[in-house]
Amino acid sequence: MSDELDEIQAIFFEECTEGLTTAEQGLSAMQAGDVSAETIAGVFRAVHSIKGGAGAFGHADLTAFAHKFENVLDEVRAGKIAPTPGVVKVMLSSFDVLSDHVETAKGLAPRPNDAAALAALEKVLADKGAADESGAAPAPAPAPVIEAAPAPAVAEDEFGFTPVAFSLDDFDAPAAPAADAASWTIRFKPSRAALANASEPMLLIRELETLGATIESVDVSDVPPLRDLDPEDAYFTWVLSMPGDVPRNDIDDCFDFVAPDSLIEITRNEVEAPAPAFIPVPVIEATAPEAALEDLIPFVPVMATIEDLTAQVQQVVADLAATPMTPTPAPAPVESAAPKPASEASQTIRVDLAKLDLLLNLVGELVIRNSILADRLSPADRQRVELPELARLTRQIQDNVMSLRAQPIKQAFSRVPRMLRDLSAETGKQIELETVGETTEVDKGVIEKIGDPLTHMIRNAADHGLESTEERLAAGKSPVGTIKLSAEQKGARIFVRVQDNGRGINRERVKAKAIEKGIISPDAVLSNEEIDQLICAPGFSTAETISNISGRGVGMDVVRSNVEALGGRVEIHSVPGEGTTFTMILPLTLAILDGMIVRLASQRFVLPLAHVLETVQPEPGQVKRTSPDTEVIDMRGEYVPVKRATEIFGLNDDRLVEDSLVVIVESEHGKVGLVVDTIDDRREVVIKSLDQNLHPIRGLGGATILGDGSIALILDIEALVASTSRYTPKGLAA
Amino acid sequence: MSKLILTVDDSASMRMLLKTSLTAQGYRIESANDGQHGLERMDEVKPDLLITDINMPKMDGFELIEAVRARHEFRGTPILVLSTEFSDEKKARARSAGATGWITKPFEATKLGAAIRRVCP
Repeated sequence: MSDELDEIQAIFFEECTEGLTTAEQGLSAMQAGDVSAETIAGVFRAVHSIKGGAGAFGHADLTAFAHKFENVLDEVRAGKIAPTPGVVKVMLSSFDVLSDHVETAKGLAPRPNDAAALAALEKVLADKGAADESGAAPAPAPAPVIEAAPAPAVAEDEFGFTPVAFSLDDFDAPAAPAADAASWTIRFKPSRAALANASEPMLLIRELETLGATIESVDVSDVPPLRDLDPEDAYFTWVLSMPGDVPRNDIDDCFDFVAPDSLIEITRNEVEAPAPAFIPVPVIEATAPEAALEDLIPFVPVMATIEDLTAQVQQVVADLAATPMTPTPAPAPVESAAPKPASEASQTIRVDLAKLDLLLNLVGELVIRNSILADRLSPADRQRVELPELARLTRQIQDNVMSLRAQPIKQAFSRVPRMLRDLSAETGKQIELETVGETTEVDKGVIEKIGDPLTHMIRNAADHGLESTEERLAAGKSPVGTIKLSAEQKGARIFVRVQDNGRGINRERVKAKAIEKGIISPDAVLSNEEIDQLICAPGFSTAETISNISGRGVGMDVVRSNVEALGGRVEIHSVPGEGTTFTMILPLTLAILDGMIVRLASQRFVLPLAHVLETVQPEPGQVKRTSPDTEVIDMRGEYVPVKRATEIFGLNDDRLVEDSLVVIVESEHGKVGLVVDTIDDRREVVIKSLDQNLHPIRGLGGATILGDGSIALILDIEALVASTSRYTPKGLAA
Repeated sequence: MSKLILTVDDSASMRMLLKTSLTAQGYRIESANDGQHGLERMDEVKPDLLITDINMPKMDGFELIEAVRARHEFRGTPILVLSTEFSDEKKARARSAGATGWITKPFEATKLGAAIRRVCP
């Protein structure tokens, strides 16, 4: 049971994430001036659902905060509070606190300080109250227009129900102990309206009986002669007696919903003064509705007086007379009002990710068998057995299965607005966010892993890219800096861009810094693009002061290594004075890799194409031995260390470098030239993990099955290059 | 045959929570994720009891209740509202739409059971 609840709670947290995204989008739209009823209702519903679930799982702080937030939203929804920029701003910061509360509920963060946000929400509510009082307050009409019948709304208000926020405390609190001999007398006559709503008085009485009630008598004096008898009306009045130790609240609970329409009298009979059996003295307990709503004071329902009952009966009669005897008209045509594709909740089912992965793996096998088959058949046979058709279908299945794992990149983008608001507050810069292509779908695994690089890129853009307001004004720019976040798919790649309209990269300073840090030699001749790339070099940081924002000991080099670990790469494009664009180019999926099939010591390996810079056929003298263990290749003046398969995997390789090809690969740790015998092919390969079968092997990222059925190992370039720089080749080969 | 309850709520976790809680109390559960879907499901499963949320996309709980009550075959079907709201105004609206009872979220299993027994034998 507990496991089951944990599982449901996990789903609730997912819903929270979805809800927060919806709320944030709605609030951003409101900030941008879209205050349509639909937008406001969307935000309200999202916060409302979070509150509902939070209560169910006992997250009291989250519930309480969401409740207050929802109160404001409800008033805005009802048009009682205008969504002015000031109010929207309060809601945006409340949203941030709400997100923090959700993190707390997940156990990922300490409880946020929500005092300021609560106070701001309170103030919004209070200001609205003040406005009401100053304006034409909807004062209760002094005299009812319809003679004899008090407005039914009044009756409704005064005879509302217990606003019991469900809590276990209610049950723990000892009920007011009553003298043993005391008892309750309950008179109950259901209304016609209650019957029309499918209330069954006998069930109610049965429920009272389970609490210990017994029927004392049934008053049948209201039953009319048979010809006047309406089978849909109620005529009986039940009188029950209930032991005095039953808490009043428990009795009230039974009548909760039928109370306003029906005659319910509950009187307490103390031992000293036993009440007459049949004519109990009604005790009217009135509670101001507003007090009941706000204070969560245990609210004691009241009993209908004869006058109210009369009023209600008259109202019912009036209603009946006014309404033709036709079915209730169908609800307003919701469909035609706003058929928004986004809100068209498509039918979904939740599937265990492991099942999808298994399916993807099987489809991968299918693709492989397909190419094996193709390899083994003669070209004529291939056409005859309709192999191309099979290949096409297989490919379609593969694409479709992969799309099952795809999710809108929106999830990765959702943290950004909040982050920028914080950054804006920290730096004092005015920042506007523009988002494009949030619906672009990417593999779930990729989405999970680009969060950190994206965070860093945004921080970098806000901190280093954008100028201060003064600087911008001095440069004749708008005081508000823009960060544009976009995603688009091109072929099998996803391009995620973070573009700022700030000062651009100061290449002079970057170059000077790189020389100072020993990243490049003082006489190196670099193109603008190469200088820009230096930002991603390990250990590079140009911030003049280590700021709280992006100067946290990690730099853009971490972004690059994270992205490369995903099989992607980072590109930087900068125009001085106009801004900088960082582009992450990512694979659509982590299950398929764009690879170069190479031979090393006669064995085939897959080199992830994302790491490959270029391939060279070395000229004589281009490869130099700088020590007995080290060879380098001269690449237009830059010396790149050369690695041989022999050294890496202890393979037998006695070729001369000059007879081989050198593939220059790049990683976080720099460039390395890998010596390969030949380059066979370039193709997409299905990655098979080795984790379950073998211990991790340094330098190998997995395996794949090639078209001829043979196995090729996939090289892990990061690990290989790291080995080069940190270990002696001999140590590695061991 | 145990009683069949249709639960309508746009939150999957709430639907699952209801299902877990009510299945344990011996009910059979069907569910729907918004008012419109709920109305369709009413016709399909013809439940003994409808439990519906109020704030939902497309068709809210009030509209659903009105639409269900307007059908002759569901005139006697009890309808419980399950909502975090508890204002008298909302309850009055639910009553005039045709609701039989009201349960305030978060619910406690035994109280939910009692509320159901009060309207559904």
